[in-house]
Amino acid sequence: MTPEYDLAVIGGGPAGVAGALTASLAGLAVVLVDAAPRLGGQYFRRLPAGFRAARPGALHHAPGGLDRFTRQCEGLAARADVLTGHRVWTAGREEADGTVTVRCLEGDREERPRTVTARRLLIATGAYDLPLPFPGWDLPGVLTAGGAQALLKGDLVVAGRRVVVAGTGPFLLPVAAGLAAAGAHVLGVHEAAGRFGLARHPLLAAGKAGEALGYGLRLARHRVPYRGRQAVIEAHGEHGLTHVTIADLDHDWRPLATRTVACDTLATGYGFVPRIDLAVQLGCALRGDHGGQGGHGSPVVAVDAGMRTSVPGVYAAGETTGVGGAVLAEAEGRLAGRSAAADLGRRVPPDPALSRRRDRLAAFARALRESYPVRPGWQEWLRDETPVCRCEEVPLAAVREARALGASDARSVKLLSRAGMGWCQGRMCGYAVSCLAGEADGPGGSPPAPRRTIAQPVRLGDLAGLAPDSPAGGSAPPASPSPEGPPR
Amino acid sequence: MPDVVVIGAGIVGAACAYYAARAGLDVAVVDRGPVAGGTTGAGEGNILVSDKEPGPELGLALLSNRLWRELAASGDGEGARRAPGGARPGGLRGPARAGGGFEFEAKGGLVVAETAQAMEALAGLAARQGAGSASGGAVESTVVAPDRLRDYEPHLAGGLAGGVFYPQDAQVQPALAAARLIRGGAERFGRSALTLRTGVTVTGFTRDGGRVTGVRTDRGDIPAGAVVNAAGTWGGEVAALAGTHVPVLPRRGFILVTEPLEKPLIRHKVYTAAYVTAVASDSAGLETSAVVEGTPAGPVLIGASRERAGFDRTVPPAVLGRLAAQAVALFPALARRRVIRAYCGFRPYCPDHLPVIGEDPRAPGLYHACGHEGAGIGLAPATGHLLAQALTGLRTDLDLTPFRPDRFEGERR
Repeated sequence: MTPEYDLAVIGGGPAGVAGALTASLAGLAVVLVDAAPRLGGQYFRRLPAGFRAARPGALHHAPGGLDRFTRQCEGLAARADVLTGHRVWTAGREEADGTVTVRCLEGDREERPRTVTARRLLIATGAYDLPLPFPGWDLPGVLTAGGAQALLKGDLVVAGRRVVVAGTGPFLLPVAAGLAAAGAHVLGVHEAAGRFGLARHPLLAAGKAGEALGYGLRLARHRVPYRGRQAVIEAHGEHGLTHVTIADLDHDWRPLATRTVACDTLATGYGFVPRIDLAVQLGCALRGDHGGQGGHGSPVVAVDAGMRTSVPGVYAAGETTGVGGAVLAEAEGRLAGRSAAADLGRRVPPDPALSRRRDRLAAFARALRESYPVRPGWQEWLRDETPVCRCEEVPLAAVREARALGASDARSVKLLSRAGMGWCQGRMCGYAVSCLAGEADGPGGSPPAPRRTIAQPVRLGDLAGLAPDSPAGGSAPPASPSPEGPPR
Repeated sequence: MPDVVVIGAGIVGAACAYYAARAGLDVAVVDRGPVAGGTTGAGEGNILVSDKEPGPELGLALLSNRLWRELAASGDGEGARRAPGGARPGGLRGPARAGGGFEFEAKGGLVVAETAQAMEALAGLAARQGAGSASGGAVESTVVAPDRLRDYEPHLAGGLAGGVFYPQDAQVQPALAAARLIRGGAERFGRSALTLRTGVTVTGFTRDGGRVTGVRTDRGDIPAGAVVNAAGTWGGEVAALAGTHVPVLPRRGFILVTEPLEKPLIRHKVYTAAYVTAVASDSAGLETSAVVEGTPAGPVLIGASRERAGFDRTVPPAVLGRLAAQAVALFPALARRRVIRAYCGFRPYCPDHLPVIGEDPRAPGLYHACGHEGAGIGLAPATGHLLAQALTGLRTDLDLTPFRPDRFEGERR
């Protein structure tokens, strides 16, 4: 079978778009697949097409970046096939000839399966929020920082809200600044890491004074206090959020003095988890991305200087190789696109400046991650009845009971308590469960990556189309309506 | 010093430990991973009498079926007290602590035949199974005419040639069963009588002459009166550490898990007659046959595939596709339900499809309890019960000769 494309790119954020564009400029036949209705990923998430904002870039942390990204998307659309609204649920590779098969589902109500084949694959699937559980984190009004950002970029309905921002990491700053600029009343930014204050913020130390200053000025203009070594350790409310408990923390994040603040929205985030399910499916080697001293990192895809993974013909770029933001992601995407073209015999002149730039940005990203490790004291914020896994409603007590029964890793905790067994398959609670299971206590500080054979829920009727003897021969028609009515 | 060290905290190791402690022995269970971290945690939890031809394995299955019911009813698996947080211990929907704390459900199995020929073979098997066995029990079954199948399963597809209902078939949540048997045993027979040590890797055996006198581990030696190899698919490796040979090989299987269904769609364990042939087959190639069942927590489990592919975890989409197609063929209403995960496990398979149970004459003091292939959950209590009898020098309720560890000597290369 001849593959349809030279290169398939999964993910339409900065890394994927740059990789796809670079490869298509080098002469490859490229397809880019993304789940969202428009390109942009999390970082450049854009307003729905029907929504006309006068200055859409104003909501993004680096407004010039959006223009550039938009131009890249336009360039890509002219040169490659762009499949938006396609959710990839599995990727496989033929051992014999290296052909990669990407299986997607298209559409919401009436899903249609779609299979893409290519000679090479670039995984640029980004990252998702890392929330930590605390009492009340499941109340309406409590959002992840990324969720608040998405709200801001996608819907714009934040004006008048009373918002508290809490968590750790540099991402809290643009979230708070964006919310304040959109008219929300941001009551405070509570950074659990050490007392950097804005004056000693790592962005400044890394020579990114302009960026840090920009956020600082925007926060100052809106009189938003920025506090170090504090966290929201409990959210309160009957049916929705009414107030939060903010605690001073010791070095290990154990709560000290507390106070309550009335608010209707809490944006909370403790970093990001790289989305590497497809790389795990393909058998790519991983490495621990430790979160600094005493921290507990997430596994990321191991790559060489050309963004090649350990599996021949498979590349990875952006957050999947270590969370580092949009600028680094773009550089990595370009490197990966160049490697794919070169590996397929296209003439690609060397660009040592790009490689140096990537190395510098990656080193900075690593230093930044190491400045914001998650410290174990957060486990003391929980009570026996605090839900750890929200999909399956598993409280802390059940996780502890599983450990007492002999579970010593996230998988066995899941088997005995159902934590992480539900709809989101542990994407929300996986990090917390892994810490509570004691995986972080081991050497290396990075737990094994969960194996998710199916990266997106897929209907049995569509899956049945993959059977070799299926009459549909790999592309099943939409399953007939079920007599029980629509699925949940 | 414990009387017995059990290597492996899967379901078979847990049952061996439980019955040995019940027999008055002090038992230490060691596992290199967590409890139920191997094949036990990757299984469906089948307790089947329906899929076995008359013979030694069916005898084991019938004894085990009775013992599972005792364990579920006695509350020995109930071990752990209710979670302090209260209303929803374990976070389980539905009957969380019913069924011994490990979701034991005497749901019954419905085997369906797609053709008249398969129906004839199925009815013939049921008649032979009903004739009784050495353990004194017999398989109960009812032949179901095609037009009565929907009395058992309202959502079953039309056009089937009939079926046989097996009321003794049952199900447990296997990881919980293993964990709660160890815990329940410790609470009932004494915390010092049954201990569990996870994260301990056995690296060898201590010997006195030819006799096994304990295990060497990465955490130090554990001397013991006897050692039980309950390492499942890895039982051959453990046997090799003692210089003896037990040919256990992995036979890979995949299971699909759907989103939780609000209303149960499937009442029993439902499978096609082809499953019985696939279980008994010697083929190394891929075989699939539909096994479909609901769970107390809501999701539907769909198996079963069998292939010898070593310990390879890469997922061939065609295998998942076939499982899905077969399940949808049985229950068309499943077509629109979503699969949210799939996992694979490695059944411990012996060339003659029988487990290895008993003392190894080539290494006295070493007992084996492994190689149960896909039936380990179902056969575990009988295995533990018989092994405890052997360990204490009693006459075993069933003849262990067909399961003896040295029966493969002639085939050894």
